[in-house]
Amino acid sequence: MSANSETPPAIEVSHLRKVYGRGHTEVVAIRDATLQIARGEIVGMLGPSGSGKSTILTAMALINPPTAGQITISGKPVMDGPRALVDARAFRRRHLGFVFQKPNLIPFLTALENVQIALEVNDIAPREARKRALELLDYLGVSPRANNLPDALSGGEQQRVAIARALANNPSLILADEPTAALDSKLGRQVMELFAKVAHERHAGVLVVTHDLRTLDIFDRILDVEDGAIQVRENPATVTSAR
Amino acid sequence: MNLAVRDVRHNAGRFAFTTLGVGLLLMIVMGMGGIYRGLIYEATLLVDSVGADLWVVQGSTRGPFAEISRLPANLEDRVLAVPGVARARRFVSHTIQREHQGKLLRMVVQGLAWPDDKGEWVPLVAGRPLRQAHYEMIADQSLHLPLGEKIRLGKDVYEIVGQTRGLVGSSGDGLAFFTISDAMAIQFDVPGEAMRLERAARRARVEAIDLGRLQPLLLDRAAGLNRGIPALATPQVSAVLVSLQPGADAAAVRRVLSTWPDITVYSTQEQKDLLLAGMVDKARRQLGLFRTLLIIISTIIIALIIYTLTLDKIRDIALLKLIGARNTVIGGLILQQALLMGACGFGIAWWIGQYLFPHFPRLVLIANEDLVSLGVIVVVISTLASLLGIWKALHVEPNTVLAV
Repeated sequence: MSANSETPPAIEVSHLRKVYGRGHTEVVAIRDATLQIARGEIVGMLGPSGSGKSTILTAMALINPPTAGQITISGKPVMDGPRALVDARAFRRRHLGFVFQKPNLIPFLTALENVQIALEVNDIAPREARKRALELLDYLGVSPRANNLPDALSGGEQQRVAIARALANNPSLILADEPTAALDSKLGRQVMELFAKVAHERHAGVLVVTHDLRTLDIFDRILDVEDGAIQVRENPATVTSAR
Repeated sequence: MNLAVRDVRHNAGRFAFTTLGVGLLLMIVMGMGGIYRGLIYEATLLVDSVGADLWVVQGSTRGPFAEISRLPANLEDRVLAVPGVARARRFVSHTIQREHQGKLLRMVVQGLAWPDDKGEWVPLVAGRPLRQAHYEMIADQSLHLPLGEKIRLGKDVYEIVGQTRGLVGSSGDGLAFFTISDAMAIQFDVPGEAMRLERAARRARVEAIDLGRLQPLLLDRAAGLNRGIPALATPQVSAVLVSLQPGADAAAVRRVLSTWPDITVYSTQEQKDLLLAGMVDKARRQLGLFRTLLIIISTIIIALIIYTLTLDKIRDIALLKLIGARNTVIGGLILQQALLMGACGFGIAWWIGQYLFPHFPRLVLIANEDLVSLGVIVVVISTLASLLGIWKALHVEPNTVLAV
């Protein structure tokens, strides 16, 4: 899916560079990475372990400042090199959603409360937050389990709740780090299809770091990361056959 | 949404046991305060109960509650002659420890100035005041002597005719009221053999001097009763209690009595202050130090527990930071848990104390102001205890949640 020309991209990253250590211990994790994800677009990020995927993801999540480069989210410049141009935590709260390999649900909150808390930290009144959280769980097909603690949910249900939490504040960008790694192939595919649904129906940019080559057809584009450099491939089938 | 309550609910068992431990510690802190209050109450109970305006004690002493005070019993008559004095009573008070029905029995023997004072002022819960000059006593219930029971003290047998509740001396031993002559008989009782030896010794001393040989009648006197020998001291009392006439100038009476070099005069308040400054003050400091130590220990325990609870949910805290939760939300979670633990511990301490403290051998008096001050202390130590956990939580990096 292409970006709407009037809407700024979900995220623009230009000439991103991240260096760990100094002198002899210097490791370049990201080399001059530039990418753009439009709203309503779902993009996959592939690459071997240690290639820099997670570093790029955490830099985009505003929790790991880059050494150089700029990050703009929803048209708002947020990072200029290591310097944050916004209150990173407040910005994450309003504009970003996260999904991880493990669902990372808060164990002492029910499914509903795990979604509700994301709304409440964004100053949504509890009653309204509860209503919206229920709607999201319904949208993702887990509303019957709304009052269950995470322990009582299956892996797939937990991941759906985590996606609902990521969607809670209508973020412009959702960052997912290997969200299907802990799921079987059938559930993994269902979750990936959910991400695609979210991107297309809720008009959010979605970046998914994955190793699962069986779901590449779901992505609009593939970012291939190797040694901290990004290559963009438009046709997932090409990537699949190349590996 | 209150995260603290939900976390506590999720870890209810651990929280309950930990809070019970904190509660028991706080109960000891509360109990020590209560013991101190009880000490003061019991120490001043007698001084308050007898209701004297002035206490006349042995010269240059601080009275019977601080040290030994001995006065001739007839000082009562001298004091009574001072203008403004309505009533003067001999005060005899001493602690005895005897065996009764195979058990040790400690009591504070209190003399009543019979026949003026029959013990009508004594707050009885059963029985009656004294009705005869000898062989009757009023006993506190803490002595476990029922009405009608007879007890041998010295050479005489006394019947319990009245009972009080909670009337104890500064040592916590129950008070027993006798006529003053009975109280003195109990105090100065010596075995018959000791008396015979004393008389033989007197006779030997008289025979050893010229006067003994010149006056044979002295030998008969030496073998007789004490009261038949003018050279021996008259019976002694601990103090003389002075009650003033209505409208009498206490300072004026005191000025007159102060000119007598063989006595010292104190007001009731001064006598209480001397009592508290002596025995109770050291106990107060001792208990105060223990309370301080226990409060510090409680703080450390709460801090470690809260810190451990924080470590247990460090990923959840990192997640909250990642999704943008403010520091106030995260700090509030930890602070509220610490306060909840402190508050529940305080409640447990109070609740258990209600049932436990009455079974303590000494009176434990929990005053409302002590409860309030301990409540404030609990809030302060809970807040302090949460600081370590809050510090840890605020230093967690949001990307901790990404670690598999």
